[in-house]
Amino acid sequence: MATLQLNNITKHFGDTAVIKGIDLEVNDREFVVFVGPSGCGKSTLMRIIAGLESATDGDIVIDGQRMNDVGPADRGLAMVFQSYALYPHMTVEGNMGFSMRLAGVPKEERRAKVLETAKILQLEPLLDRKPKALSGGQRQRVAIGRAIVRNPSIFLFDEPLSNLDAALRVQMRIELARLHEKLNATMIYVTHDQIEAMTMADKIVVLHDGVVEQVGSPMALYHHPANRFVAGFIGSPKMNFFDVELISTSPEGVQVRLPGGGECTVPVNAQALENASSENTPIESQPALELGIRPEHLVLDEAGALSGQIEVLERLGGQTSLYVRMGDLLVTLMTDGDVAYRVHETIRFGFAPERAHLFAADGRALPSLAQHPLAGLTRHDNRTSGDAEALA
Amino acid sequence: MSLLRSTTPAQNASGVGTARGSAGMKTLVITLVGWSVALVIFFPILWMILTGFKTESAAIADPSFIFTPTLESYEAVQARSGYARFALNSVAVAFGSTFLALLIAIPSAYAMAFLPTKRTKGTLLWMLSTKMLPPVGVLVPIYLIFRDVGLLDTRTGLIIIYTLMNLPIVVWMLYTFFKDMPKDILEAGRMDGASTLQEVFFLLLPLTLPGIASTGLLSVILSWNEAFWSLNLTSSKAAPLTAYIASFSSPEGLFWAKLSAASTMAIAPILILGWMTQKQMVRGLTFGAVK
Ligand SMILES: Nc1ncnc2c1ncn2[C@@H]1O[C@H](COP(=O)(O)OP(=O)(O)OP(=O)(O)O)[C@@H](O)[C@H]1O
Ligand SMILES: [Mg+2]
Repeated sequence: MATLQLNNITKHFGDTAVIKGIDLEVNDREFVVFVGPSGCGKSTLMRIIAGLESATDGDIVIDGQRMNDVGPADRGLAMVFQSYALYPHMTVEGNMGFSMRLAGVPKEERRAKVLETAKILQLEPLLDRKPKALSGGQRQRVAIGRAIVRNPSIFLFDEPLSNLDAALRVQMRIELARLHEKLNATMIYVTHDQIEAMTMADKIVVLHDGVVEQVGSPMALYHHPANRFVAGFIGSPKMNFFDVELISTSPEGVQVRLPGGGECTVPVNAQALENASSENTPIESQPALELGIRPEHLVLDEAGALSGQIEVLERLGGQTSLYVRMGDLLVTLMTDGDVAYRVHETIRFGFAPERAHLFAADGRALPSLAQHPLAGLTRHDNRTSGDAEALA
Repeated sequence: MSLLRSTTPAQNASGVGTARGSAGMKTLVITLVGWSVALVIFFPILWMILTGFKTESAAIADPSFIFTPTLESYEAVQARSGYARFALNSVAVAFGSTFLALLIAIPSAYAMAFLPTKRTKGTLLWMLSTKMLPPVGVLVPIYLIFRDVGLLDTRTGLIIIYTLMNLPIVVWMLYTFFKDMPKDILEAGRMDGASTLQEVFFLLLPLTLPGIASTGLLSVILSWNEAFWSLNLTSSKAAPLTAYIASFSSPEGLFWAKLSAASTMAIAPILILGWMTQKQMVRGLTFGAVK
């Protein structure tokens, strides 16, 4: 049982504010992922939760108890560092048992617990080795084992996979998801790899410049980004953005003029933005709108509203990426692996209006009129009910 | 060894004739320069050792490598005795001051490396700058203080003065070793429940041991070789080997052979210690570079 609550956390290093007021709620057994560009304060926030760094202001509440003045070891947390931070002069067993040794646990008991954990992670044959005689993946598992041994209520991972090669990363990702099931613990995970974020998270927290841009399930963030930053950050390849002109608003949505002259009605609620806007400016008088559409949602279409010349063409086999020149803009378009186009050909393409996103000048997204059917999906819903019963 | 390496088959097979020739030339030059520098540094010590085995008249004759070795000077030095007593003082003072310096320096360096403030860099520089002051500048006040508190000609007095003398260097060296230690490891220890003291004893000290050893060794050597304070603050009871050597130069004029024999005996222990710990020493001095 562990919940975590952050209330208006701020952190200054000298005069620079690194964390600028973060509120967050983490539920029991949730897998929460912090993502954001480099330097946005992910590690700092995690270290504040761990107690390795003190918050300048705000409260850290674990299981209903304020933890600001509690030492890192007494918060019931365990942390896995990006560098693994194994103790180089101790064996694997020594590394994993160190916390128990400090706590004065008798040797046999220590050994039993380490063995039990080593079994989960397939580390038994390595218990007598020193870290320098281990591969990267094995070191990573030892670091995770050292955390598991402590029986923490919350696990903290700071980019644990970033030092591994691509294949091993996929394997460890699956292993971590499995561990999360098995240990029934709350996990907080920092990464800037959005595949890790999308695949592992129950809840993603997108950080940018020390503030939370959006919190939500991976599918909610993908289908309903709250602003232009999240829209551009989540999803790969990156979302395309077009400057568009407002024509009119109606209960069915917002009608805009696309580059190239086409028109389109995006089913979003303009009213909501007007109400929320502090200046109370009606949408008509706002200077500009941007339309965002993901590369995988652009479709080749002879009658499409958009057109441009193919500049680069990347065939991946199953998929082809087209980079299409539209004036100053280079539009990315993901399409079928078998399309027969060549570079310098001019193509027409379009999109389904409900796939498009509209952003006001301040970057906020106009909320969709209809929720995407999968937006409420969590990682657990991916399991069939039979699976869920088997695990329960 | 480097000469051998330049003619390995792999290089013969791959190298173009001229390139191989210039590479061989380069290692040859480097080897020659290396040996010359080593010889220049070592020569005075060699000459001192040789002179110790000469007769007094051979010692002042034209310099020569060819002579009949004799233990005459060593016998004379032994006869005048006291070596063991002086040596014991040297050992006590060198190791005592090193122990004390490490005891003070480890916590200081820990604080500066892991809990730095805005003024840490300045403090370090200021500490080192005290080494630039000539010791004679504070001789009179130190002498008077020592006299008044009864520390003149005591081992305790010398230990205190040597500790103070070496502290800046010891703190500075430990600081650089500690700084090279990955912070994550200490933080992992803290997450595992280690107190600061446990952090230091279970993680920091074992991991920086080569650095601490070479720092300690340097401190021992500096204290062992120190002459200025030992000559001025001791007379008989607490006098270390440096004072012993000096006693051969002043009252009896310049007896080169005896002086050399005494000096050889004085530096022998430290030379052997240095030779035995050479590996540790080099490892310590290059600790950050290889990691
Ligand atoms: N001890 C410190 N003193 C001063 N500034 C710091 C300190 N630690 C971090 N910062 C600054 O705080 C900001 C956030 O750092 P942080 O390490 O949290 O970023 P991050 O999101 O984890 O980035 P990355 O993805 O590169 O790991 C950075 O601009 C960094 O320079
Ligand atoms: Mg980071």
